[in-house]
Amino acid sequence: MNQVHESNSARTTGFRVLLYSILGMVALTAFLPIIYMVGFSTGVADPTAPFGQGGAGETVGRTIENYQAVLTDENTDMPLYLRNTLIIAILGVGGTVISSAFVAYGFSRVRWRGRGVAFMTMLATMMIPFPVVMVPLFVMFREVGWIGTFAPLWVPAWFGNAFSIFLLRQFFMTIPRELDDAARIDGCGHLRNFFYIILPLSKPALLVVALLHFMFVWNDFLGPLVFLTHRDQFTLALGLQLYLSKLGQTPWNLLMAATAIMTAPVLLLFFIAQRTFVEGISTAGTKG
Amino acid sequence: MKHDSLRTGLLWIGPWLLGFGIFTVLPVSLAIYYGFTDYTLLESPIPVGTQNYERMLHDEILGTVLWNTAIFGVLSIFFGSILSIALAALLSKPARFQSFWRAAVFAPSVLPLVAIAVIFKLGYDPDPEVGLANQMIDWFTFGAFQGPNWFGSGFWAMTALLLMSLWSVGPAVVIYLAGLRDVPKQLHEAASIDGVGPVGRFFHVVLPMISPVILFNVIIGVINAAQVFAVPLIMTGGGPERSTYFHSMYVYDQAFKFGDMGYASALGVLQFAIILTLTGLILLAGRKLVYYRGA
Repeated sequence: MNQVHESNSARTTGFRVLLYSILGMVALTAFLPIIYMVGFSTGVADPTAPFGQGGAGETVGRTIENYQAVLTDENTDMPLYLRNTLIIAILGVGGTVISSAFVAYGFSRVRWRGRGVAFMTMLATMMIPFPVVMVPLFVMFREVGWIGTFAPLWVPAWFGNAFSIFLLRQFFMTIPRELDDAARIDGCGHLRNFFYIILPLSKPALLVVALLHFMFVWNDFLGPLVFLTHRDQFTLALGLQLYLSKLGQTPWNLLMAATAIMTAPVLLLFFIAQRTFVEGISTAGTKG
Repeated sequence: MKHDSLRTGLLWIGPWLLGFGIFTVLPVSLAIYYGFTDYTLLESPIPVGTQNYERMLHDEILGTVLWNTAIFGVLSIFFGSILSIALAALLSKPARFQSFWRAAVFAPSVLPLVAIAVIFKLGYDPDPEVGLANQMIDWFTFGAFQGPNWFGSGFWAMTALLLMSLWSVGPAVVIYLAGLRDVPKQLHEAASIDGVGPVGRFFHVVLPMISPVILFNVIIGVINAAQVFAVPLIMTGGGPERSTYFHSMYVYDQAFKFGDMGYASALGVLQFAIILTLTGLILLAGRKLVYYRGA
């Protein structure tokens, strides 16, 4: 009896060791690009290496001065790009959260004929690829004089985002109906129910939507590429690409420092809110 | 429970309805219209019938672009699905620091595409002292093999893009994890008692139970793969010799490089039609292959 127990526990220990080594390797592989980036961005380029390649292979020490150098580099204007990205992100996040919550309420708590059809239509719009609407949107925005302004990048966010609405609707459905029934008996209309009952209970879901939109703006490349025309309006994504295109004059370690500066905020945000974040994604995927 | 009026409902979804009209219905209709015109932005669109669509039939670049997009889509979805199901199975095992492991797998997916492209562009540098990929090949083979010149040939450039696409399986993994969690324990136990081993249980119990989730992820994968743009643009610029030139890049170039808005719109409509057709076909195949509980 004892022997059986021992061999069993030996097997479990073996299994554990295997499990954790695989997990460790997976995590290491996942972080590999980030480690590589940080490694490069803190490297001191060998001054004798040919300029341009930045002496990438022959780093001769560690420094964080590269980060400072990027922020003051004449070939790029990271502080300005950061400011532009933040303006677009803040205007867009506010709009997405408010409008999506409002619409999600209409798709979950208000009962009306045709709700199902409208909801399915909204889900179907997620299949429309951006390149289809790219040209017409450009023409439309040009017509109203928005090309070369931030407007095309944040105004549409105020009309709700299909994925955010879907996510919030799924969350609203999990709030017990008794709560709003009670509120209604107390004479609350939809609007008060929305503001005083549903919204306060949905803070985590609202946070996920805010985060997702923030990351979307931070990462978006094609939108700014099509709608922005002047270097002064560039976002970080465009700025980084512009910096890369000057590779002849930009050493690799500075480029990597710029990449790290762009990457750090989203990674930080993600790790702070990762549980809420991951739960938000899995809700969307399974309860459809 | 009393019903609300249609007016109340429409008022609540008003913001979306308005946006749907302005930012979806209108541009999609315009794209369809522009697709039948010659339009250079300098003058108003001139109707030319089906000329743009006839041009597609003889457009060799379009053929290349569609082929590249299809190859990339099929292979990235295939390998991505296998990897994400395997990772989900691994991460569903009870372990300490579970949320850390899950966050680690998800983390690369939150990185900006432009940043990823820059990192991998350097990572694929053929010089093993610079490029991480060839450095690894050097290490693991003890210097016996030399890594390829990644962006020197079409084959290796496509391989490079496919490999790096595996870093962004995070969202799929999370969705598979939720799917695995919903597989009833009793089924596992019942199969176990019948003498089915872990491998058999995976193929005959788990896989059928998560098949709706696979279907969902494959459809998302098709929609995303059809639109791949930023990463190849930055890493390879579509080369060498258009071997990594994808459909969205072609639409962009036709519109904003060559100023041919009519043809670009027609190409966009083609992309949309392909996505719709594929989604329809996958759903149809899903009817036979996917197991729905309660159905």
